[in-house]
Amino acid sequence: MINHIKAILWKQLKDSLKNKTVLIQFLMFPVMTIIMENSISIPDMSEHFFANLFAIMYVGMAPLTSIASIISEEKEKNTLRVLQMSNVKSFEYLIGNAVYILFICMLGSLVIGLSGGYIGQELLYFMLVMLVGHTISIVVGATIGVISKNQMMATSITVPVMMIFSFLPMLSNFNDSIRNVAKYIFSEQLYLVLNNIKQIEITTESGIILGINFLIIIIAFIINYKKVFSNS
Amino acid sequence: MKKAIVLNNLKHSFNNKIVLNNINLSVDEGEIFGLLGPSGAGKTTLINIITGQLRCSDGSSKVFEHDSYNLSADDYKEIGVMMDNFGLYERLNCYDNLKFYQMVDGNDSKNIDEILIKVGLYGAKKTNVSNLSKGMKNRLAFARAIIRKPKILFLDEPTSGLDPTTIEAIHKMILEEKKKGTTIFLTTHNMYEAEKLCDNIALLNEGNIVEYGKTKEICRRYNHQKKFKIHLNNGEDIELNINEESAELIKEYIINNKLETIHSTEPNLETIFMELTGKEFDK
Repeated sequence: MINHIKAILWKQLKDSLKNKTVLIQFLMFPVMTIIMENSISIPDMSEHFFANLFAIMYVGMAPLTSIASIISEEKEKNTLRVLQMSNVKSFEYLIGNAVYILFICMLGSLVIGLSGGYIGQELLYFMLVMLVGHTISIVVGATIGVISKNQMMATSITVPVMMIFSFLPMLSNFNDSIRNVAKYIFSEQLYLVLNNIKQIEITTESGIILGINFLIIIIAFIINYKKVFSNS
Repeated sequence: MKKAIVLNNLKHSFNNKIVLNNINLSVDEGEIFGLLGPSGAGKTTLINIITGQLRCSDGSSKVFEHDSYNLSADDYKEIGVMMDNFGLYERLNCYDNLKFYQMVDGNDSKNIDEILIKVGLYGAKKTNVSNLSKGMKNRLAFARAIIRKPKILFLDEPTSGLDPTTIEAIHKMILEEKKKGTTIFLTTHNMYEAEKLCDNIALLNEGNIVEYGKTKEICRRYNHQKKFKIHLNNGEDIELNINEESAELIKEYIINNKLETIHSTEPNLETIFMELTGKEFDK
């Protein structure tokens, strides 16, 4: 099992460096955070404003689109079938990809955190919030990848889902109605946690909503995973 | 002779449509077996079932006496597969594609160069798969199938759409694998390829095996005409019945030094397929 996961990690590292679609997802928001944090200063702007905003967009986009794109491409190009015939189990394949994406996204998050001025315990807490966000986002992306027959189908599902998770927290800053809806999605709750990071605590409401989000996403993933991989 | 593959009353259907119907066949260890049929006959489905990628609706499929759908990790180490749609990583180069599969199998990378030389891709080892021609991709897919030194090799349309030189190179590699004792199960719609390479063949049409056996025996079985052709050195071609009169005639041509060549008129597999199914084989 470890051999298989190591091989997948090695392959992904080699592949991602040449895969512009995935590479851009990994780099875009960390780079944007560095630029915005160092070039724009608005009076009364809250601390870590751009870092928090881009961090949540990063959570909603990068892991989700990357893993959905990787899985659907492997299905479309039949490399997944060849892997299965090399006795790589579906869960080993998913773990390999998830670990790789999580690792890269956490590196990106570290860049966002540091360029946003997070240090010490706050940085650690910021990274913990990002870890939770990336994990949920990876499971959502993996579900999309599993149900998609090809990359085109994956993209058509990923785009609206990604828009909801990435942009609703930003839009909820400007509109109460949106905020009332957005509060039920994990990315909005993580955004709220980041905005109150100094308290280093999660409200009961945030905890419950995050828990329910995670549960629903995990159940959706397991159902689809079983359906697709037991049929194949 | 030990059996490498045994299929018993194998049936498969998709959405109530029968795609494989009561398939019975066996493949001896070390032989090249050819499954011939037009597109949509069920060839790839049968490979998918034998290699455990698909569970058959009824009947049984066994590889080295193990149930196809429950092949173990060790069983899979003995199996090499070359799909008709490659299954290669486009953004990785030739070397890394093979290295990845060696890592997955827990093998070292020592023999990768040797295999690349064998399939004529050593010069392109650092070239990304996306920049390879179709023939080169086929050869790389073949390399990936044989790098684990399988006891049985499944080749799904290994030469489809390739130029004659590449086809010849792949045929040579297939025959080299057979010399090593590898059992080869190949699907093709190229009758010439089957006649040249295969010890035994099965003709598949709409999910049914319509003929099965040794290539030459099948051709002889359908030789209803019992005729032969001679070519004279004046350029004339004559078709003769097999009888005493013809023998005398040939004797005369030989004495007078007129005879150039004698040919049998056994039908080829394409003609036999047409006779059996009333359909033309697609090229």
